[in-house]
Amino acid sequence: MADPASSSAQPKGATGVLVLADGTVVWGKGFGAVGSAVGEVCFNTAMTGYQEVMTDPSYAAQIVTFTFPHIGNVGANDEDFESVVEGAVGCIVREEVTPHSNFRAQQEFADWLAAHDKIGLSGVDTRALTRRIRLSGAPNAVIAHAPDGKFDLHALKARAREWAGLEGMDLAQRVSREKSQDWVGGSWELGNGYGDADNSEKPHVVAIDYGSKDNIFRNLVKAGARVTVVPARTSLNDIMAHQPDGVFLSNGPGDPAATGAYAVPVIKALLDKDVPLFGICLGHQMLALATGAKTVKMHQGHRGANHPVKRLEDGVVEITSMNHGFAVDGDTLPDSVEETHISLFDGSNCGIAVKGKQAFGVQYHPEASPGPQDSFYLFERFVGMLGDN
Amino acid sequence: MPKRTDISSILVIGAGPIVIGQACEFDYSGTQAIKALKEEGYRVVLVNSNPATIMTDPDMADATYIEPITPEVVAKIIEKERPDAVLPTMGGQTALNCALSLERMGVLEKFGVTMIGADAEAIDKAEDRQKFREAMDKIGLESARSGIAHSIDDALKVLETTKLPAIIRPSFTLGGTGGGIAYNKAEFERIVREGLDASPTTEVLIEESLLGWKEFEMEVVRDKADNCIIICSIENVDPMGVHTGDSITVAPALTLTDKEYQIMRSASIAVLREIGVETGGSNVQFAVNPADGRLIVIEMNPRVSRSSALASKATGFPIARVAAKLAVGYTLDEISNEITGATPASFEPTIDYVVTKIPRFAFEKFKGTENNLSTAMKSVGEVMAIGRSFAESMQKALRGLETGLDGFNRMVELEGVSREVLTAALAKRTPDRILQVAQAFREGMSVEDVHAITFYDPWFLRQIEAIIAAEKEISANGLPNDAAALRRLKAMGFSDKRLATLAVRSVGVAGGLGETQARRSGLLHDALRAMAGATSEEEVRKLRQKLGVHPVFKRIDSCAAEFEAITPYMYSTYEAPSFGAPENEAWPSDRRKIVILGGGPNRIGQGIEFDYCCCHACFALEEAGYETIMINCNPETVSTDYDTSDRLYFEPLTAEDVLEILRVEQSTGELVGVIVQFGGQTPLKLAQALEDEGIPILGTSPDAIDLAEDRERFAKLVHKLKLKQPKNGIARSRDEAAAVANTIGYPVLLRPSYVLGGRAMEIVDSEAQLDNYIATAVNVSGDSPVLIDQYLRDAIECDVDALCDGAQVEVAGVMQHIEEAGVHSGDSACTLPPYSLPPEIVAEMERQAKELAIALNVVGLMNIQFAVKDGEVYLIEVNPRASRTVPFVAKAIGQPVAKIAARVMAGEKLDTFPAFKRDLDYMAIKEAVFPFNKFPGSDPVLTPEMKSTGEVMGIDADFATAFYKSQLGAGVTLPETGVLFVSVKDSDKPVIVPAIAMLIEHGFKVIATGGTQTYLTEQGLAVERVKKVAEGQPHIVDKMIDGEVDLVFNTTEGWQSHIDSKSIRASALEKRIPYYTTAAASLAAAQAIVAVKASQLEVRSLQDYYS
Repeated sequence: MADPASSSAQPKGATGVLVLADGTVVWGKGFGAVGSAVGEVCFNTAMTGYQEVMTDPSYAAQIVTFTFPHIGNVGANDEDFESVVEGAVGCIVREEVTPHSNFRAQQEFADWLAAHDKIGLSGVDTRALTRRIRLSGAPNAVIAHAPDGKFDLHALKARAREWAGLEGMDLAQRVSREKSQDWVGGSWELGNGYGDADNSEKPHVVAIDYGSKDNIFRNLVKAGARVTVVPARTSLNDIMAHQPDGVFLSNGPGDPAATGAYAVPVIKALLDKDVPLFGICLGHQMLALATGAKTVKMHQGHRGANHPVKRLEDGVVEITSMNHGFAVDGDTLPDSVEETHISLFDGSNCGIAVKGKQAFGVQYHPEASPGPQDSFYLFERFVGMLGDN
Repeated sequence: MPKRTDISSILVIGAGPIVIGQACEFDYSGTQAIKALKEEGYRVVLVNSNPATIMTDPDMADATYIEPITPEVVAKIIEKERPDAVLPTMGGQTALNCALSLERMGVLEKFGVTMIGADAEAIDKAEDRQKFREAMDKIGLESARSGIAHSIDDALKVLETTKLPAIIRPSFTLGGTGGGIAYNKAEFERIVREGLDASPTTEVLIEESLLGWKEFEMEVVRDKADNCIIICSIENVDPMGVHTGDSITVAPALTLTDKEYQIMRSASIAVLREIGVETGGSNVQFAVNPADGRLIVIEMNPRVSRSSALASKATGFPIARVAAKLAVGYTLDEISNEITGATPASFEPTIDYVVTKIPRFAFEKFKGTENNLSTAMKSVGEVMAIGRSFAESMQKALRGLETGLDGFNRMVELEGVSREVLTAALAKRTPDRILQVAQAFREGMSVEDVHAITFYDPWFLRQIEAIIAAEKEISANGLPNDAAALRRLKAMGFSDKRLATLAVRSVGVAGGLGETQARRSGLLHDALRAMAGATSEEEVRKLRQKLGVHPVFKRIDSCAAEFEAITPYMYSTYEAPSFGAPENEAWPSDRRKIVILGGGPNRIGQGIEFDYCCCHACFALEEAGYETIMINCNPETVSTDYDTSDRLYFEPLTAEDVLEILRVEQSTGELVGVIVQFGGQTPLKLAQALEDEGIPILGTSPDAIDLAEDRERFAKLVHKLKLKQPKNGIARSRDEAAAVANTIGYPVLLRPSYVLGGRAMEIVDSEAQLDNYIATAVNVSGDSPVLIDQYLRDAIECDVDALCDGAQVEVAGVMQHIEEAGVHSGDSACTLPPYSLPPEIVAEMERQAKELAIALNVVGLMNIQFAVKDGEVYLIEVNPRASRTVPFVAKAIGQPVAKIAARVMAGEKLDTFPAFKRDLDYMAIKEAVFPFNKFPGSDPVLTPEMKSTGEVMGIDADFATAFYKSQLGAGVTLPETGVLFVSVKDSDKPVIVPAIAMLIEHGFKVIATGGTQTYLTEQGLAVERVKKVAEGQPHIVDKMIDGEVDLVFNTTEGWQSHIDSKSIRASALEKRIPYYTTAAASLAAAQAIVAVKASQLEVRSLQDYYS
């Protein structure tokens, strides 16, 4: 690898730049929104679903490096949203974004990015950047786009250097809903889009939104539940006032320890009350924290749509979508908790169940979007539990 | 779950000869499977009739049977070897069909053999159109509207629901043989009839046309715990209507949203589950309506396939190896991913590059047939290329194809034509369509226009449009003189050669002319260069070097850099500097290394035999302690398997691409040399460019190779060695021709220097015939001379393969051709040892071979062709390099000929290897296999132009039985009795008499046309007369069509008789009647029929023959 702190002279025609906290400058072409944004640079190896990734609140304060070189081929549309709140602040791609070709497209990806205030940078050796993240961890950086090619590198470098980073950051609060909401969307079907949820007599799930992906709620609906989404800081009393049959703990960005400061006590109380619980990603991590386990920041994180997970009860392999930079430390699980899933890539914890309770969580994303739909059964399992209460 | 312990030996069924639709990808999969099973401690028994495969190397399986893959023969192998299980999913449709027959015949049950990988029920469900459709209905997946027909009447009924255009697919055929698309009723009836004939179950599927829909393929692997993973998605650039084997394809799919992709992913897994493929790899094909995403399942193959090989090479995931392990009971999470070495096989590969596959065709070999692409596969090979963008990958693939393209070369015939002509050209689905699309953009057509005609996805069209726009820019302004701009062009995949051509255009000089001028005249050259940037490939290279624009190498790691890859599997790309210099992951070693150049895409004349040699070079040099580096671009091969060489570069075999690799490899360690003599013509053509750059070439020098190929230089050598060549000369007028012919003496062989209307060659016996030839066939002039050779009528042709270390010569094998001289050596059957030559003649050929080897200073392999006539040995040609016959010789004598050659090239001496034992007590016969049935309208006659796609070997104690087996292996079952039709040229009449007598005695009824009948009757043989086609009906062709003929001997001489008899050969082909077009082969067939009863065939393993 070349000198990591090297910064080349600005090439002719460069309208975008990525400035890492260590001073490395990577030039390219800017697209999407004009301006600059700070975040942690991560990579995602999925070959489809860039719009879903960019709208996933778990990517808040992150700049996503797409490892697949052609991004934007299928444009953007009004359906492939995972949330209307902020997701990733920017993306880095190898090839210039091309005009779209897909019958579902309503807009060019670059225009869509601009409309959603996200910055794009193309012309980067994304593989070299990915290898760098693998070898030395996810760096903090500023991504900037200026059509006139004028950048204040000093300021950008300072901003990247001074940004505190994700560790210890409670981002969930920033991307969570402000008010509770009766969820109305069903699952997506080709030709029909999202159906409406049938909110008649069905098990009632209260979903706590720590920065959730909408597809989780759609999957809960598909599995037969009625869903009410509540903000991250909703109190135990307010949750119970909804008379939930079960509570869902959503995914979300940031450090679980930081968000856990207020969320974990609520989860503990729900556990004590024997309310059925299901957590995904950040929700899973905080469920683990509530049982007394610990979480750790991972070196490079898991971000892709091809991650194998072993279900320990029967040895079945699920191919999953993942997006996490923190993980539950499997060694710290108390006796009251059973490890149910592990990553076949590195053995890290991917699922837990609380013994004697109807509470479980998975580190990966069974709601997919983007990614394989192998693990939909988890939603059915959860909703299936709710009838018993 | 651990591996199965209830089985200890496994029979693997190979795919047999290379044919269209079933090529060397099954050597790749079978080889991987055998290695994987042996690794697990199983005893592996292999049957495959194809000697040119790596899998039939005697050290691969424990018992190797080079025997015909028919259920009866395989049943004998089962009876003898008593395997516990049979793995039928590695040998294509041939193996699946054979296993199904064995099951139905009760053989598997009788000997207690379990089918692993796929069971009979699953195979049947996937292959039987009706059952497959029902299965899809059951899981809620849509199929095209369709119906099954067993007759024309059935078919017309189905047509009422599907409407025209309709697609016809025969059941159980390779590569969709006999199928097609019908636009009108007449066409419909014709294709249905052909399809019913082609189908072994007389069944065709008729489907609604999905022409213009997008086509996708998913490669799926499933284990017995029901874990399913997708290895790769493939998108066809050619929309529905062209067989996927004939389509340009890319991986991964590029025009799907995640929601659509996941529908397809879930559907493919559902298909595997429903069909019941218990373990292993399968592919599922889909059509997608681009307007609304409607998804239709086309078909699935419950086995590894051509696309599995492509997917394996595209992602680095070894599908066949994994499938073999799954078949014996492992689950995906128990198998490691050998590319990363750290992760399990239970994941879905993700890639960070674009892969393009382009098929290679051979229509020019089959005159009379149209180059239309349809649902029946016609391509004979393919190239794969990898780039970081679609444009780079596509342009690399175009130049890797080796059809004279440097990229999107101009289509001169479409320059400046009307919109109508352009539209008509684009509307035809031909191999050139992608070039026509590019030309259409040059002619000013829009993406929308081209899309409306071709239905190519606009995304692909825009990419091509962008390439053409960049070309225009260069043609207008020349090459840029700054690194960033030049690198941008290189990153779009432009070759140096293409850039040079375009740059020359910028100064208004036509390409070729400009280059020549540029090189020759100093002043003009400087002016040109100043304006264009560079005017030749070499100059573009120098410009790149000056500006520091070089490709970097990235790894194919199955995980998009998420994990460290331990396997050095690489491709080149032009990266912009993002962190200092562009990151190069080649990381060459400091070892002593040898580079082996592969053979590129398969084509007729250069196929698996050369890949076999390249693989052996890798194996041998690795054993000798060198680091081996393979460069090749053919995804079907064993040579491009990640564990064949130490390092693998998947790159086009052009001087530019190879030199860039060598530059990096030479940066550290010691490049001992490059082997160019094993991969056929492809690497040989690069020898000069490599030498010019000072790259050491191992083995025989390129100059010696050139000497052997240069008519004049070679004649001098022959003269010096006092060897005999057929007399020859060149004539530029009628009178000159007559004079030369007189000097040589009639008969002579006349050949135009370029070909007119397919009439390439004629044997003439007199000046009158010569006049007739010159008057009708050729235009003899100063620019187009005619070549005249002494014709050695009825001469016996021989091949000698030998090894030489510069001082010592070792003959590996002398092969006697069965067909007489005049048939391309690749198309004739041959025997080892020679079956009818006196020992002193064989000794004389060996003596001459040795003299030539020393005189040419051969280091490595050499092949010599001789003709023997009247006890005289004539030298036809010498090729001081690996020949097509090397694997056959190696299998026949049981010696690793190619391996020893590779080590000799690296400097070892022949006397350090044990001498070959060549006193064989058995006979090995190589027979060629032809694709005539894929090219309706072409004449299935053997000529000096090679047409065969593959070969089989028959091996047995005597000539007749070995010949019988070679025919059976090639798909020809000789009749035990019945009606023989004979029509032979005059010179063959005496030759054929013993054959006819033998067959009459054996109970055959013989019919013949006029001259032949008269002659045979005069010889006292009871032969009935039948009318020639020209003599009115009922004639011979009527009888053949009515099934009244079981065997045909038909030889011709002269243009007219050739044309007259074409319908006989065509009918024989169509009705699958065994036919022989040379007297010698007819005689051999008669001997085999008389001597052999199919039921009495014995099987014997190679290991047994050798011991």
